[in-house]
Amino acid sequence: MARIDLEDVGHRYGSADDAWALRPLTMTWNDGGAYALLGPSGCGKTTLLNIISGLIAPTRGKVLFDGRDVTALPPEARNIAQVFQFPVVYDTMTVFDNLAFPLRNRGWSTAKLRQRVEEVADILELRADLGRRARALSADQKQKISLGRGLVRPDVAAVLFDEPLTVIDPHLKWLLRRKLKQIHQQLKLSLLYVTHDQTEALTFADQVVVMSQGEIVQIGTPEQLFETPAHRFVGHFIGSPGMNFLPCEWREGAATIAGVRVETSSRQTPPPGAALSIGVRPEYLELSSTPGPNAVPARVAAIRDQGIQTMVQLEVGTSLAWAKLRDGAAALPSAAAFARLPPARCAVYADERRVP
Amino acid sequence: MRRKYSWLVLALYLVFTLAPIYWMVHMSLRNNLAITSTFAWLPESLSFANYATIFTDPAWYDGYLNSIIYVVLNTILSVAVALPAAYAFSRYSFLGDKHLFFWLLTNRMTPPAVFLLPFFQLYTAIGLMDTHLAVALAHMVFNVPLAVWILEGFMSAVPREIDETAYIDGYSFPRFFVKLFLPLIKAGIGVTAFFCFMFSWVELLLARTLTSVDAKPIAATMTRTVSAAGMDWGTLAAAGVLTIVPGALVIYFVRHYIAKGFAMGRV
Amino acid sequence: MSSARPVNQRAWWFVLPVLISVAFSALVPLMTIVNYSVQDILGPDQAVFVGMEWYREILRDPDLHGALLRQLIFTTAVLAIEIPLGIVLALGIPERGWRASLALVLLAMPLLIPWNVVGTIWQIFARGDIGLLGYVLTQFGIDYNYSQHPTDAWVTVLVMDVWHWTPLVALLSYAALRAIPEPFYQAARIDGASRWAVFRHIELPKMRGVLTIALLLRLMDSFMIYTEPFVLTGGGPGTATTFLSQYLTQKAVGQFDLGPAAAFSLVYFLIILLLCFVLYNFMKDPQ
Repeated sequence: MARIDLEDVGHRYGSADDAWALRPLTMTWNDGGAYALLGPSGCGKTTLLNIISGLIAPTRGKVLFDGRDVTALPPEARNIAQVFQFPVVYDTMTVFDNLAFPLRNRGWSTAKLRQRVEEVADILELRADLGRRARALSADQKQKISLGRGLVRPDVAAVLFDEPLTVIDPHLKWLLRRKLKQIHQQLKLSLLYVTHDQTEALTFADQVVVMSQGEIVQIGTPEQLFETPAHRFVGHFIGSPGMNFLPCEWREGAATIAGVRVETSSRQTPPPGAALSIGVRPEYLELSSTPGPNAVPARVAAIRDQGIQTMVQLEVGTSLAWAKLRDGAAALPSAAAFARLPPARCAVYADERRVP
Repeated sequence: MRRKYSWLVLALYLVFTLAPIYWMVHMSLRNNLAITSTFAWLPESLSFANYATIFTDPAWYDGYLNSIIYVVLNTILSVAVALPAAYAFSRYSFLGDKHLFFWLLTNRMTPPAVFLLPFFQLYTAIGLMDTHLAVALAHMVFNVPLAVWILEGFMSAVPREIDETAYIDGYSFPRFFVKLFLPLIKAGIGVTAFFCFMFSWVELLLARTLTSVDAKPIAATMTRTVSAAGMDWGTLAAAGVLTIVPGALVIYFVRHYIAKGFAMGRV
Repeated sequence: MSSARPVNQRAWWFVLPVLISVAFSALVPLMTIVNYSVQDILGPDQAVFVGMEWYREILRDPDLHGALLRQLIFTTAVLAIEIPLGIVLALGIPERGWRASLALVLLAMPLLIPWNVVGTIWQIFARGDIGLLGYVLTQFGIDYNYSQHPTDAWVTVLVMDVWHWTPLVALLSYAALRAIPEPFYQAARIDGASRWAVFRHIELPKMRGVLTIALLLRLMDSFMIYTEPFVLTGGGPGTATTFLSQYLTQKAVGQFDLGPAAAFSLVYFLIILLLCFVLYNFMKDPQ
């Protein structure tokens, strides 16, 4: 259990002329929290993880564990555990020996470590496999072994995951995710989970850190990220499909699309000269065949029936937007329609940022 | 750390490796009389006469070129043919697979001399005598098993989950193999290519037997250096120095493949 | 990797090109040899079937026993030196940089020299009067003469082979080491493993496949060794360095007798096959 502080931590691979892989940032990871680091390839999340674990020494900045400066310390001295993209197990050893390995390296007696290993094996539901050769197990079981080697050390403060479900079968991913949540509740460790899969991030974490191009774009709960994305990138990235952004203008103190005044949740006035758009999620966009307040003229361009939901592609002015309807095809209007934006569910975005 | 000691051992060994090679260069810069009569740390005078002999003799030059042609041909063919087979051995179980795998290597367990007469008859019969292709094909007898064995070793180190994930992600097999799988076994391909090159390059007997004029390799000229005056040490040494060059280039070229090793993808 | 491989008979298609390119070239000679080995060929179209006669004669030949014994000692020494040495060298080559490139290129050089040239160079190199090695040794007061002292001849042939072929083991081992993903090393660091533990539990197991190949290759190639020692010592002094293939060549060439030569080729092949088979099974994964 540790509170992790990052002070002005930044990193670049290569010389001073190269771009920052991770732009200098300062943040705190609370003790016992379950965090997800979410972002596309190359956004810097793995770099950040490796700096926290100590596998990379940051080009600048300090890393503190419970106020202690650990920046110069190697991973083995930091009381962290790391689980990688693919299972890392010692093939020639049994599951038991795998789990016992870190403890043996610390000089624990066999009697003492046996108890600890069995404890951890119970938590991970690996007890029955302790005598088997690690090599013979399936990928998800091997990942559990990887995790187990971290949990087995009593002083482990944080467990870091680098896309651990990458090579797991889809139907087993869910089980493993649930197990991780259980462990979090049971052992009260800090968990940092790097992924590019928003479903994993949103279901796993209490707090999600969204990253793009080397910087943190937003930190918040899954609901916050979904409902009030602070940045266009977050709007796009979270949600399936992502948020719709309809270009608008600011006239007479309000946003307008195609001449229609649209009330939004934004209270402030956007800065002058910024490119403006209104963001609204497909889940909240409503369709009607009659005009009304906040209803913008739209043309139905395509319809995709996906069973429990229907995806409707709309042309609003020159832009395309998606609406996700639950009601079914019967409620669809004809080609010419109106798209209604619920005021509480949309906001104005100036350049990339949300206007509060 | 242990790495430092290993580097020291390596450095000492490299000196050991270089010594005979230095001597070969040394010999190539002297004449036969000097070589066989006096010892000198450095050649008395740097004489490139031996190299001149080689470069002005069209047989040497042609032989060099011919050897490079069939060796490169053989390397490409051997690796190309071995890749799918190695994949099959690594990923699947099929009737007779274990026996087949071991049997492949048995083709290397007998000196190529054994194949001399049958190959001679075979290639004469199908009209491929004295062609680069004939030697390239003949050398496949010992290079293909080697390639399959080495590649299979590297392929088996790649977790099968990666194949399965690719199929789930919608990759067709050819696309998966070329874009995802091959980059993961770069080290194996690099080292296989080098060894196929090397074993084919130094094989003299078959190469000499299956060729006469058009595709005559360095083999013939390398063994021609005994004349009435005795062994032509200097020229042989110079030729030896020159034979190192193509292979050294090959390994220099594939070193990135060998050193890159395993790259799990970038996130 | 989850246990057994899936059965898929269509995999035969993948193997077909290899089969075609190798099988045909291998089976015909084999049949020819078996054919000759049971006949006494007195002249063209004059052959008499003699059954296992040649086999019996060969297996009783004391020259064969001598050559075989020498061969076994030689091969054992070769394996005992080259395999560990090659691994140690591979561990010492850096992962990247100019030092790695330099090491790889230098190590590759001995492998690329035609074998008769190797023997020829060492002929001079090891001479006490005109060669670098021989000269240095005699300067240290060591009475060294490889053409007259059997022990010196043995050591020279052995060192020459180590010089020539250890790079094969080193290069294969190096490629295998580079193929180990970084996370394994990272995890080992986090687990607090010592350098020796990393070697024993990560590097060595992951090198198993490649080491098997290196081992088998050196086993068979050293068992078939001919050119280098023949050029260097001619099999001498006396028969001190006459190994198995030279014995075969002497029999075949000296006596112009296809029958016994063919029989011995087969015996030779079977000896190597047996040794490789045993070693292969020893190295294989206990699944």
